[in-house]
Amino acid sequence: MKGTAENRDDAQIIASILEGNTHEFHELIRPHERSVYIMALSLLQNEADAEDAAQEAFLKAFRNLANFRGEAKFGTWLISITLNEARSRLRSRKNIKIESLDVAPDDQGNVSPALLRDWREIPSEALERKEVRLLLQQAVSDLPVIYREVFLLREVEELSVLESAETLGISIASVKVRLHRARMMLQKELVPKLKQVNPKRRWLPWL
Amino acid sequence: MVIECKHVWEYISEYLDGSLSPEVLEQVQKHLEHCEICSAILDSTRNILILTADERVFELPLGFSERLHAKLEAEIRSSQKS
Repeated sequence: MKGTAENRDDAQIIASILEGNTHEFHELIRPHERSVYIMALSLLQNEADAEDAAQEAFLKAFRNLANFRGEAKFGTWLISITLNEARSRLRSRKNIKIESLDVAPDDQGNVSPALLRDWREIPSEALERKEVRLLLQQAVSDLPVIYREVFLLREVEELSVLESAETLGISIASVKVRLHRARMMLQKELVPKLKQVNPKRRWLPWL
Repeated sequence: MVIECKHVWEYISEYLDGSLSPEVLEQVQKHLEHCEICSAILDSTRNILILTADERVFELPLGFSERLHAKLEAEIRSSQKS
Protein backbone atom coordinates (compact mmCIF):
# COMPACT_ATOMS: atom_id res chain seq x y z
CA MET A 1 0.00 0.00 0.00
CA LYS A 2 1.25 3.42 -0.85
CA GLY A 3 1.17 5.74 2.13
CA THR A 4 -0.51 8.67 0.44
CA ALA A 5 -3.56 6.71 -0.63
CA GLU A 6 -4.12 4.62 2.45
CA ASN A 7 -6.98 6.55 3.90
CA ARG A 8 -8.88 7.40 0.77
CA ASP A 9 -12.06 5.48 0.35
CA ASP A 10 -13.34 4.02 -2.89
CA ALA A 11 -15.83 6.86 -3.47
CA GLN A 12 -13.06 9.47 -3.34
CA ILE A 13 -10.83 7.53 -5.69
CA ILE A 14 -13.68 6.95 -8.13
CA ALA A 15 -14.57 10.66 -8.12
CA SER A 16 -10.94 11.50 -8.81
CA ILE A 17 -10.74 9.00 -11.67
CA LEU A 18 -13.89 10.42 -13.23
CA GLU A 19 -12.35 13.89 -12.99
CA GLY A 20 -9.55 12.69 -15.22
CA ASN A 21 -7.01 11.05 -12.93
CA THR A 22 -7.56 7.82 -14.80
CA HIS A 23 -4.27 6.24 -13.71
CA GLU A 24 -5.74 5.94 -10.20
CA PHE A 25 -7.86 3.07 -11.47
CA HIS A 26 -4.82 0.84 -10.85
CA GLU A 27 -4.95 1.71 -7.18
CA LEU A 28 -8.73 1.34 -6.99
CA ILE A 29 -8.82 -2.24 -8.18
CA ARG A 30 -5.72 -3.61 -6.47
CA PRO A 31 -7.60 -4.95 -3.40
CA HIS A 32 -10.12 -6.71 -5.66
CA GLU A 33 -7.87 -8.67 -8.00
CA ARG A 34 -8.09 -11.94 -6.14
CA SER A 35 -11.84 -11.83 -5.57
CA VAL A 36 -12.60 -11.07 -9.21
CA TYR A 37 -10.32 -13.87 -10.37
CA ILE A 38 -11.85 -16.38 -7.95
CA MET A 39 -15.39 -15.62 -9.06
CA ALA A 40 -14.41 -15.95 -12.72
CA LEU A 41 -12.63 -19.20 -11.94
CA SER A 42 -15.62 -20.53 -10.02
CA LEU A 43 -17.76 -20.40 -13.15
CA LEU A 44 -15.22 -21.08 -15.88
CA GLN A 45 -13.23 -23.76 -14.03
CA ASN A 46 -10.13 -23.05 -16.06
CA GLU A 47 -7.27 -20.75 -15.05
CA ALA A 48 -6.56 -19.23 -18.46
CA ASP A 49 -10.24 -18.51 -19.18
CA ALA A 50 -10.69 -17.12 -15.70
CA GLU A 51 -7.75 -14.75 -16.10
CA ASP A 52 -9.06 -13.59 -19.44
CA ALA A 53 -12.55 -13.01 -18.07
CA ALA A 54 -11.16 -11.22 -15.02
CA GLN A 55 -9.14 -8.85 -17.21
CA GLU A 56 -12.19 -8.15 -19.34
CA ALA A 57 -14.30 -7.50 -16.24
CA PHE A 58 -11.78 -4.92 -15.00
CA LEU A 59 -11.68 -3.25 -18.41
CA LYS A 60 -15.48 -3.09 -18.47
CA ALA A 61 -15.49 -1.64 -14.97
CA PHE A 62 -13.07 1.06 -16.15
CA ARG A 63 -15.15 1.91 -19.21
CA ASN A 64 -18.39 1.96 -17.20
CA LEU A 65 -17.11 3.56 -14.03
CA ALA A 66 -19.38 6.59 -14.52
CA ASN A 67 -22.35 4.22 -14.18
CA PHE A 68 -21.30 3.11 -10.73
CA ARG A 69 -23.77 4.78 -8.42
CA GLY A 70 -22.29 3.86 -5.10
CA GLU A 71 -25.44 2.10 -3.89
CA ALA A 72 -23.53 -1.14 -3.58
CA LYS A 73 -19.91 -1.45 -2.52
CA PHE A 74 -17.45 -1.08 -5.38
CA GLY A 75 -16.25 -4.64 -4.78
CA THR A 76 -19.78 -6.02 -5.07
CA TRP A 77 -20.34 -4.08 -8.30
CA LEU A 78 -17.11 -5.54 -9.69
CA ILE A 79 -18.23 -9.05 -8.80
CA SER A 80 -21.54 -8.53 -10.62
CA ILE A 81 -19.65 -7.46 -13.74
CA THR A 82 -17.38 -10.47 -13.38
CA LEU A 83 -20.25 -12.94 -13.03
CA ASN A 84 -21.95 -11.47 -16.10
CA GLU A 85 -18.72 -11.71 -18.07
CA ALA A 86 -18.09 -15.30 -16.98
CA ARG A 87 -21.69 -16.35 -17.64
CA SER A 88 -21.71 -14.92 -21.14
CA ARG A 89 -18.48 -16.81 -21.85
CA LEU A 90 -20.01 -20.01 -20.51
CA ARG A 91 -23.02 -19.60 -22.75
CA SER A 92 -20.86 -19.06 -25.79
CA ARG A 93 -18.81 -22.21 -25.22
CA LYS A 94 -20.27 -24.23 -28.01
CA ASN A 95 -20.82 -27.98 -28.03
CA ILE A 96 -19.95 -28.20 -24.38
CA LYS A 97 -22.62 -29.43 -22.09
CA ILE A 98 -22.75 -27.07 -19.18
CA GLU A 99 -24.72 -26.98 -16.02
CA SER A 100 -27.78 -24.80 -16.25
CA LEU A 101 -27.22 -21.44 -14.63
CA ASP A 102 -30.90 -20.71 -14.37
CA VAL A 103 -32.51 -23.76 -12.85
CA ALA A 104 -32.58 -23.47 -9.10
CA PRO A 105 -33.22 -26.87 -7.54
CA ASP A 106 -33.76 -25.37 -4.11
CA ASP A 107 -36.42 -27.90 -3.35
CA GLN A 108 -34.06 -30.85 -3.60
CA GLY A 109 -33.77 -33.13 -0.61
CA ASN A 110 -31.63 -32.40 2.39
CA VAL A 111 -27.93 -33.06 2.43
CA SER A 112 -26.84 -35.30 5.28
CA PRO A 113 -23.46 -34.54 6.78
CA ALA A 114 -20.68 -37.04 7.33
CA LEU A 115 -21.21 -38.50 10.78
CA LEU A 116 -18.45 -38.57 13.33
CA ARG A 117 -18.10 -38.52 17.09
CA ASP A 118 -15.13 -36.26 17.48
CA TRP A 119 -13.35 -33.74 15.34
CA ARG A 120 -9.69 -32.98 15.78
CA GLU A 121 -9.23 -29.53 14.38
CA ILE A 122 -7.16 -29.23 11.23
CA PRO A 123 -4.97 -26.19 11.88
CA SER A 124 -4.43 -23.60 9.17
CA GLU A 125 -0.77 -24.65 8.98
CA ALA A 126 -2.00 -27.76 7.16
CA LEU A 127 -2.56 -25.46 4.17
CA GLU A 128 1.19 -25.31 3.71
CA ARG A 129 0.72 -28.73 2.18
CA LYS A 130 -0.28 -28.70 -1.45
CA GLU A 131 -2.35 -31.87 -1.13
CA VAL A 132 -4.57 -30.14 1.44
CA ARG A 133 -5.03 -27.06 -0.74
CA LEU A 134 -5.89 -29.26 -3.70
CA LEU A 135 -8.42 -31.24 -1.67
CA LEU A 136 -10.21 -28.05 -0.73
CA GLN A 137 -10.07 -26.55 -4.22
CA GLN A 138 -11.41 -29.73 -5.74
CA ALA A 139 -14.25 -30.03 -3.24
CA VAL A 140 -15.36 -26.45 -3.91
CA SER A 141 -15.12 -26.80 -7.67
CA ASP A 142 -17.12 -30.05 -7.51
CA LEU A 143 -20.08 -28.24 -5.96
CA PRO A 144 -23.02 -27.66 -8.32
CA VAL A 145 -22.58 -24.18 -9.76
CA ILE A 146 -25.50 -22.53 -7.94
CA TYR A 147 -24.08 -23.67 -4.60
CA ARG A 148 -20.50 -22.86 -5.56
CA GLU A 149 -21.37 -19.23 -6.39
CA VAL A 150 -23.17 -18.59 -3.13
CA PHE A 151 -20.50 -20.36 -1.12
CA LEU A 152 -17.65 -18.31 -2.59
CA LEU A 153 -19.51 -15.02 -2.26
CA ARG A 154 -20.16 -15.67 1.41
CA GLU A 155 -17.04 -17.50 2.54
CA VAL A 156 -14.30 -16.20 0.31
CA GLU A 157 -15.57 -12.78 -0.77
CA GLU A 158 -17.17 -12.26 2.65
CA LEU A 159 -20.36 -10.73 1.28
CA SER A 160 -23.39 -10.63 3.57
CA VAL A 161 -26.43 -12.79 2.86
CA LEU A 162 -28.22 -9.70 1.55
CA GLU A 163 -25.31 -8.65 -0.69
CA SER A 164 -25.02 -12.20 -2.03
CA ALA A 165 -28.75 -12.22 -2.82
CA GLU A 166 -28.50 -8.89 -4.64
CA THR A 167 -25.39 -9.88 -6.56
CA LEU A 168 -26.97 -13.12 -7.77
CA GLY A 169 -30.48 -11.72 -8.22
CA ILE A 170 -32.01 -14.37 -5.95
CA SER A 171 -33.95 -14.22 -2.69
CA ILE A 172 -32.38 -14.19 0.75
CA ALA A 173 -34.13 -17.49 1.46
CA SER A 174 -32.45 -19.04 -1.60
CA VAL A 175 -29.06 -17.77 -0.49
CA LYS A 176 -29.53 -19.38 2.89
CA VAL A 177 -30.70 -22.70 1.48
CA ARG A 178 -27.91 -22.87 -1.08
CA LEU A 179 -25.29 -21.85 1.42
CA HIS A 180 -26.46 -24.50 3.85
CA ARG A 181 -26.34 -27.20 1.18
CA ALA A 182 -22.92 -26.07 0.01
CA ARG A 183 -21.53 -26.20 3.53
CA MET A 184 -23.04 -29.62 4.22
CA MET A 185 -21.80 -30.99 0.90
CA LEU A 186 -18.30 -29.79 1.69
CA GLN A 187 -18.44 -31.26 5.18
CA LYS A 188 -19.62 -34.59 3.79
CA GLU A 189 -16.98 -34.62 1.08
CA LEU A 190 -14.04 -33.31 3.06
CA VAL A 191 -14.36 -34.87 6.50
CA PRO A 192 -13.39 -38.40 5.41
CA LYS A 193 -10.51 -37.03 3.32
CA LEU A 194 -9.16 -34.56 5.82
CA LYS A 195 -9.05 -37.17 8.56
CA GLN A 196 -6.45 -38.98 6.47
CA VAL A 197 -4.31 -35.94 5.95
CA ASN A 198 -2.15 -36.78 8.91
CA PRO A 199 -2.07 -40.55 9.37
CA LYS A 200 -0.11 -40.24 12.57
CA ARG A 201 -2.92 -38.34 14.20
CA ARG A 202 -5.25 -40.54 16.22
CA TRP A 203 -8.89 -40.30 15.30
CA LEU A 204 -11.80 -41.70 17.20
CA PRO A 205 -13.90 -44.26 15.34
CA TRP A 206 -16.42 -43.08 12.80
CA LEU A 207 -20.05 -44.06 12.91
CA MET B 1 -39.15 -29.16 23.00
CA VAL B 2 -36.51 -31.74 22.20
CA ILE B 3 -35.19 -31.84 18.66
CA GLU B 4 -33.56 -34.71 16.83
CA CYS B 5 -30.13 -34.77 15.23
CA LYS B 6 -31.43 -34.48 11.68
CA HIS B 7 -33.25 -31.29 12.60
CA VAL B 8 -30.13 -29.87 14.17
CA TRP B 9 -28.24 -30.52 10.91
CA GLU B 10 -30.71 -28.28 9.10
CA TYR B 11 -29.78 -25.43 11.43
CA ILE B 12 -25.99 -25.77 11.31
CA SER B 13 -25.46 -23.16 8.60
CA GLU B 14 -27.59 -20.54 10.30
CA TYR B 15 -26.09 -21.47 13.65
CA LEU B 16 -22.64 -20.69 12.25
CA ASP B 17 -23.93 -17.39 10.83
CA GLY B 18 -25.56 -16.49 14.14
CA SER B 19 -28.89 -15.95 12.42
CA LEU B 20 -31.11 -18.44 14.26
CA SER B 21 -34.07 -17.13 16.24
CA PRO B 22 -33.51 -17.18 20.02
CA GLU B 23 -36.00 -20.04 20.49
CA VAL B 24 -34.39 -22.29 17.89
CA LEU B 25 -30.92 -21.34 19.05
CA GLU B 26 -31.76 -22.47 22.55
CA GLN B 27 -33.06 -25.83 21.33
CA VAL B 28 -30.00 -26.36 19.17
CA GLN B 29 -27.62 -25.43 21.98
CA LYS B 30 -29.33 -27.79 24.39
CA HIS B 31 -29.04 -30.58 21.86
CA LEU B 32 -25.37 -29.82 21.20
CA GLU B 33 -24.58 -30.00 24.90
CA HIS B 34 -25.31 -33.70 25.07
CA CYS B 35 -24.90 -34.85 21.45
CA GLU B 36 -21.29 -35.54 20.52
CA ILE B 37 -22.22 -36.41 16.94
CA CYS B 38 -23.88 -33.08 16.20
CA SER B 39 -21.10 -31.26 18.05
CA ALA B 40 -18.50 -32.97 15.88
CA ILE B 41 -20.47 -32.15 12.72
CA LEU B 42 -20.62 -28.52 13.79
CA ASP B 43 -16.91 -28.38 14.67
CA SER B 44 -15.84 -30.06 11.44
CA THR B 45 -18.04 -27.77 9.34
CA ARG B 46 -16.67 -24.68 11.07
CA ASN B 47 -13.12 -25.97 10.61
CA ILE B 48 -13.67 -26.63 6.90
CA LEU B 49 -15.11 -23.14 6.37
CA ILE B 50 -12.08 -21.55 8.02
CA LEU B 51 -9.75 -23.60 5.83
CA THR B 52 -11.54 -22.89 2.54
CA ALA B 53 -11.66 -19.15 3.27
CA ASP B 54 -7.89 -19.07 3.74
CA GLU B 55 -6.08 -17.03 1.09
CA ARG B 56 -3.70 -19.87 0.36
CA VAL B 57 -6.44 -22.12 -1.05
CA PHE B 58 -7.34 -19.99 -4.06
CA GLU B 59 -4.29 -18.13 -5.26
CA LEU B 60 -3.80 -15.83 -8.20
CA PRO B 61 -1.77 -17.31 -11.06
CA LEU B 62 1.85 -16.17 -11.16
CA GLY B 63 2.15 -12.82 -12.96
CA PHE B 64 -1.61 -12.22 -12.95
CA SER B 65 -1.29 -8.78 -11.46
CA GLU B 66 1.46 -7.63 -13.83
CA ARG B 67 -0.47 -8.79 -16.90
CA LEU B 68 -3.68 -7.19 -15.65
CA HIS B 69 -2.13 -3.81 -14.94
CA ALA B 70 -0.33 -3.79 -18.28
CA LYS B 71 -3.68 -4.30 -20.02
CA LEU B 72 -5.31 -1.63 -17.90
CA GLU B 73 -2.49 0.79 -18.62
CA ALA B 74 -3.01 0.34 -22.35
CA GLU B 75 -6.73 0.96 -21.93
CA ILE B 76 -6.18 4.01 -19.75
CA ARG B 77 -3.71 5.50 -22.22
CA SER B 78 -6.05 4.99 -25.13
CA SER B 79 -8.90 6.55 -23.16
CA GLN B 80 -6.76 9.64 -22.57
CA LYS B 81 -6.10 10.06 -26.28
CA SER B 82 -9.76 9.95 -27.26
